[in-house]
Amino acid sequence: MTSPLLEIRSLHQQFETFKGLATVLNGVDFVVQKGEEVGLIGEAGCGKTTTMKCIMRILPMPPGKISQGEILLNGKDLLKVNLKRVHGVRGISMIFQDPTAALNPVFSIGQQLTDVAKYSLASGQRPSKREIQGSVIKVLQDVSMPDPERIMKNYPFQLSGGMRQRICIAKALIGVRDLLIADEPGTNLDVTIRDQILRLLYTLVENRAIPVILISHAIGAVRNLANTVYVMYAGSMVEVAETNELFTSPKHPYTQLLLAAVPRLTGGGIAKGITGRPPDYLKPPAGCRFHPRCPHAMQVCQEEAPVLFDAGDTHKVACFLYR
Amino acid sequence: MQEDLVVIEELKKHFPTPQGTVRAVDGVSFSIVTGETLGLVGESGSGKSTTAYTLLGAYKPTEGKILFRGQDIGKPLSKRPKALKKEIQMVFQDPGTTLNPRKQVRQILLLPLGIHRVARNERMRRVRELLGLVELPEDYLFKYPHELGGGEKQTVAIARALALNPSLILLDEPTSALDVSIQAKIMNVILNIQEQLDVTYLFVTHDMSLMRNVSTRVAIMYLGKLCEIAPTVEFFENPLHPYTKMLLSSIPVLTDEEEAVKPEKVMSRGEIPSPVNVPPGCSFHLRCYDKMDICTREDPVMQEIGEGHYVRCHVFSTHG
Repeated sequence: MTSPLLEIRSLHQQFETFKGLATVLNGVDFVVQKGEEVGLIGEAGCGKTTTMKCIMRILPMPPGKISQGEILLNGKDLLKVNLKRVHGVRGISMIFQDPTAALNPVFSIGQQLTDVAKYSLASGQRPSKREIQGSVIKVLQDVSMPDPERIMKNYPFQLSGGMRQRICIAKALIGVRDLLIADEPGTNLDVTIRDQILRLLYTLVENRAIPVILISHAIGAVRNLANTVYVMYAGSMVEVAETNELFTSPKHPYTQLLLAAVPRLTGGGIAKGITGRPPDYLKPPAGCRFHPRCPHAMQVCQEEAPVLFDAGDTHKVACFLYR
Repeated sequence: MQEDLVVIEELKKHFPTPQGTVRAVDGVSFSIVTGETLGLVGESGSGKSTTAYTLLGAYKPTEGKILFRGQDIGKPLSKRPKALKKEIQMVFQDPGTTLNPRKQVRQILLLPLGIHRVARNERMRRVRELLGLVELPEDYLFKYPHELGGGEKQTVAIARALALNPSLILLDEPTSALDVSIQAKIMNVILNIQEQLDVTYLFVTHDMSLMRNVSTRVAIMYLGKLCEIAPTVEFFENPLHPYTKMLLSSIPVLTDEEEAVKPEKVMSRGEIPSPVNVPPGCSFHLRCYDKMDICTREDPVMQEIGEGHYVRCHVFSTHG
């Protein structure tokens, strides 16, 4: 087996708050193989975006603090690289959830994209202005923007939400070499527009063969793209499996309840949902963080935190039921 | 046949702006049957929330009629009798901003009772009853909104809407700000209440899968007009309007069975035009894959195709 592209080992991210220390990531283990599309699902506040921001090293530190763990990209620990030189080491791009907040309102689209192009191509080579211009126009065509020259003169407020998200995808595509992180692309958009954006993303990913991490609330969107799906709850991975396997036979009680809660197009009524609330990161429950809400909670769940146990060839579950 | 609780006829709501008139709702007619859940689905900017707000009385209709039990309520809210006001209540989309942060749950729930002069010694009993209805423990009476989770806030908002025993509750995307597991819990509360109290719901949402599971009938709105309205099962088994098909085929689903229910893949294209410059003819023709010549010239009219199944599209019009 070849070495993975990206490997996160036992990542602990903490935040210093006025009320105490919040351990938001509580030992995240995450692997992306070369040429793989990985999906990440979980509810609001479970640490999906925080994990991605750790990879990107864009979390403010302090108050943030990585107390333990490593993020290996092609075997090299990104957390040990000096922040100023991290761009040279990795070519990871991220598409953010809210395209409006991800674009600067006072610069034109053209300026913003050429800046990205200038700095991401700069390692070693000195592209001319015309080359940069050309690469920006090309990437705008790739995301099927009509009339790229005109769009480059526009400002973000002149574009619709869907167009802005396309610009953000374009921006991420310019500098991407190793990995593309798509953090809920299309969540703020309408169903039909989201469908367009996701389809665009699928085509781009397939054509360019870039590994992708797709985070989404729309669990169905992850199912369509990813080969492997991770399920996250309260700061750690609770289940990982090959996509079909995960959706046909989820093993972790949380995954089962989460998937059951999604209303189906075939009808069948509304499931019960999950009782209780997600835990407070300042005082997380001892042992398995899901045990207060879990229908199968046992004595051991309150005392010990489960690790990912093997539950099949491509299936791992962090639950004592499968020990 | 059950009676109609609300009948809306050719309702229009236009907003004058410096850029031109925004035709948010542009000639909508439908009725809400007593005891049903009518799902109103559409993209943002389609006018579904404006329709609900106009029904509530927050907006005065530009044109058209709203009849509530035969009484015309298409007037400014100040002219609506108090007894009628309490019949229609609303649950808003964002529970974080609809509860007064400086009041306890108790005070929030007492307020409508005070305004409508419920007997003083009755009020606290009613508040307790409301908490029971929405399945919240009694110690929540003395909590402030910031102490509650998003789902619990929405539950309190639902309790507040129920306070005066309304006959119609307008639910404006009550769960779109919440996680799916919480959504399921809230929806169960909403459905239980309907069973117990026999209230009627107008459920505004953009989530078709949710609609499939909770509503009796579904109406699709696009650019201020209705495209299609049908009983839920019929609607999902036999969607007719091109826009409906586009919407349905855009939904990402979890299982292969659901994939089979979806109509043949219709590539969604284009975006919803601005309601200031509504295209001539059928407002959907710019994005439609079944466009004919007539669509650019003439606006189609609503026609009944099957039992209770109405479509507004030239493809199905008998004369076209």
